[in-house]
Amino acid sequence: MKKQWSILRGLLIVGSLLAAGLLWQAQRSVAAPAAPVLLNGAGATFPYPIYSKWFDEYHKLHPDIQINYQSIGSGGGIRQVLAGTVDFGATDGPMTDEQLQDYKGKLGHDILHFPTVLGADVPTYNIPGFSGQLKFTPEALAGIFLGKITRWNDPAIASVNPGVNLPGNDIVVVHRSDGSGTTYVWVDYLCKVSEEWRTKVGRGTSVNWPVGLGGKGNEGVAGLVKQTPNSVGYVELIYAIQNKMPYGTVRNSAGNFINADLASVTAAAAGAAKEMPEDFRVSITNAPGKNAYPISSFTWLLVPATIADGAKRTTITDFLHWMLTGGQNLAEPLAYARLPKEVVSKEVKAISRIR
Amino acid sequence: MNYRMAWRKSVNAAMLSLTGLCTLLTVSVLFFILGYLVWNGAGAINWDFFTKLPKPVGETGGGMANAIVGSAKLLLLAALTGVPIGFMGGVYLAEFGGKTFSFLVRYTTDLLNGVPSIVMGIFAYTMVVLPMKHFSTLAGGLALGVMMIPIAVRSTEEFLRTVPSSLREGALALGASKWKAIVTVVIPAALRGILTGIVLDLARVAGETAPLLFTAFNNRFWSPGWNQPTASLPVMIFTYAIAPYEDWHRQAWAAGLVLLGLVLLANITARVVLARKLSSVAG
Amino acid sequence: MASTAVMVEGAPRPGRVRAFLLRLRSGDEVAHLITLVFASAILLITVLLVFELYRNSALSREKFGWHFLTTRTWDPVFENFGALPFIFGTVVTSAVGLLLAIPLGVGAAIFLAELAPPRISDALAFTIELLAAVPSVIYGLLAIFTLVPLLRTVVQPFLKKHLGFIPLFQGPNYGVGLLAAGIILAIMIVPFIISISREVLIAVPVEQREAALALGATRWESTWKVVVPYARAGILGSIFLAMARALGETMAVTMVIGNDPKITSSLFAPGYSIAAVIANEFTEATSDLYIHALIELGLVLFVLTIILNGLARLLILATQRKGTAHP
Repeated sequence: MKKQWSILRGLLIVGSLLAAGLLWQAQRSVAAPAAPVLLNGAGATFPYPIYSKWFDEYHKLHPDIQINYQSIGSGGGIRQVLAGTVDFGATDGPMTDEQLQDYKGKLGHDILHFPTVLGADVPTYNIPGFSGQLKFTPEALAGIFLGKITRWNDPAIASVNPGVNLPGNDIVVVHRSDGSGTTYVWVDYLCKVSEEWRTKVGRGTSVNWPVGLGGKGNEGVAGLVKQTPNSVGYVELIYAIQNKMPYGTVRNSAGNFINADLASVTAAAAGAAKEMPEDFRVSITNAPGKNAYPISSFTWLLVPATIADGAKRTTITDFLHWMLTGGQNLAEPLAYARLPKEVVSKEVKAISRIR
Repeated sequence: MNYRMAWRKSVNAAMLSLTGLCTLLTVSVLFFILGYLVWNGAGAINWDFFTKLPKPVGETGGGMANAIVGSAKLLLLAALTGVPIGFMGGVYLAEFGGKTFSFLVRYTTDLLNGVPSIVMGIFAYTMVVLPMKHFSTLAGGLALGVMMIPIAVRSTEEFLRTVPSSLREGALALGASKWKAIVTVVIPAALRGILTGIVLDLARVAGETAPLLFTAFNNRFWSPGWNQPTASLPVMIFTYAIAPYEDWHRQAWAAGLVLLGLVLLANITARVVLARKLSSVAG
Repeated sequence: MASTAVMVEGAPRPGRVRAFLLRLRSGDEVAHLITLVFASAILLITVLLVFELYRNSALSREKFGWHFLTTRTWDPVFENFGALPFIFGTVVTSAVGLLLAIPLGVGAAIFLAELAPPRISDALAFTIELLAAVPSVIYGLLAIFTLVPLLRTVVQPFLKKHLGFIPLFQGPNYGVGLLAAGIILAIMIVPFIISISREVLIAVPVEQREAALALGATRWESTWKVVVPYARAGILGSIFLAMARALGETMAVTMVIGNDPKITSSLFAPGYSIAAVIANEFTEATSDLYIHALIELGLVLFVLTIILNGLARLLILATQRKGTAHP
């Protein structure tokens, strides 16, 4: 018995050493050949699916380049960029003037914003017995999230949804508990359409919600809405599409109730495209245009204006060029809207500002 | 007298069955969790899972090979830093400690244990990542290592103390010096319990996500060496679980299963390797 | 036999230094020194941690002072931060978790250590230890899919109907809330209690049990009145571990607690815990004051742990009895 035990022990020790050795070898052999260029980026979760697709495709085209992007949140992206621990960042809400100055003070040069794709937030709901599409006015949305409209059959909602039998149940509001660009877009919109929201709550990636349950991540919100009768929440468009969630239409500034989809989101950007500022920092919520979806947003890559490492600089500028051409073709299958042509051409010029 | 005896007997039966009920309740809940994991994750476990790198969204397949290796590296580093400090600290508290200093060490160990994992991650971020200007496996391993210390200390101390003084005194009476008595008699006697504590410890940090978010970060590719970001199973689980893609969900469950499998393996290996020492102790 | 006196701290006089160096020649003093160094490392790391927490929360401490602990608002936009709702949520959920886990855990440990056949006991203990490795996120997901609907449709209405006169069980019923978080915490910490308590109970010398039985005690009486008190310190140690984990648990809690920083008297209501809010908002916090406020919350949790640990230790000292494993 003792002998069998020691044989087993010996086998196990040898076995684990062997396995470790094999794994080590596998890792080393798969690692990129000849001086790979490794870039690390961090930031927004909202565009994570398209970014991971892009960096993967780019790696296939250039096997010696590895761009590692992690979605730790827009604020996280901005902070890591300020701390110098990543080569580039990504954010759903543009950096403020203060943050830009902070960056310049800390690192000695500017940081540039590059819009990549467009996305949208949609209001999703769970009303027992109703499976159609609800219409929401800006006042209704603001009132619900402020906690002033408390029942589904409130006139603010019922008046624009004739023929729908709305129950008299209490509305359960669901919002994001974690700071997020999705929240930023949502509250940015509410600030524009509701003075009360602007003064009482304001805009940010995290806010002091007057009412509601907090769900973690889009999944958290979606889960809560699906499970809680009479609830309403907001999620990213692609999330709602992927999970086949019911979402409502929203009335835009032109007075039309618009369903969020690629066309209406691109329409929202079209108006802004003509007056795009040099640094690309612009909010397109509640955009003008008769077919514009009012809760849309750009998302940006944050790239330092000065990159010392030559290989990294070439990689980033090449990638940006690719992103604006071939990359844009990959956006729509993943439910992100592509950038308007005017924005693309402005960005191509801006790439040359990276030295 | 008879009445009293009957009462004591019925209390006996009632309480013992109550403990049985407690066990049934906890064990069934725990088996439910395991079953749920297996049910949801088993389907996604295939050879690819262990050998391929993750694929981007929209493409099915791919695996978590880099996360498995990454977790292994992180745990190795954590064990190398946390276990020696914890073990030695526990030995000090049980065998050598003076009254006030020991109290202080014990108290701070408990405090360290209560630090939320995310705060530990922030600590490792300010101490390692910022100065290095790099996310790295090293930072992640150190964060996990520090998290391991309290449980290692506690279990070492507690189980050393359970060794009856007769064993200690016997060794000393035979002429062994104090440290020899500790190393050859006391520690082996307590080894089984200490090992339980340490494996539990390793298991717990193996599943920790928050401390890794700011230290080891994550990586879509293989992570060379120790000073680059690395993928790890808990972070992959976290990222995949809260995404909207069915395929990613299944992979998350599968990763959870693999994580448990790794821990199981570590547990078995440790017990088998130390079988001789363990079996030599009564009880 | 070599001397085992405690090392002298403080400024050594020449005579003492020589004596100290002489003593170092013996293996005992070397062992003492080595283990002392490691133990001091623990102190050092903790002090460093607290120092870092203190330093990185400076802005918030300056701005809010002690009001931080009594303010109920948490407003990142207008930069008004207060810790009270989070302290409340942390304490309540941990209390619920411990109240559920301690009886279950100790009961199960007693069963496994005393009554179950050794093979089954080992196998079950093995499985239970494994569960400490299940990541928090998975517990959270499981809770969302199974526990929360169960609470919303079955358990909470039941409690409301039969115990609704107690304020704890009143109010609207969402499923997520303080009760859900407390229950999932209980499930997460029970493996620690069972595992360690079982080992400590097994380590109680068999003579203790036999002595009790020889005196005519029933099985239960021998266990409860002799074995468990003997193992008291170890069992309490496992409870401390469990409490610490409950206080600091992040992911699973944030997925089921409702994440609403309000203070209510109902267990059904949503709440928020310190660890949860730090985890949720740290990655997105950009302004320095915001980050410092979050880190100050971490400091608050640290102090809370100190206080609770202190109280628990006082409780132990007050009820200390002889005949335990510790002198």
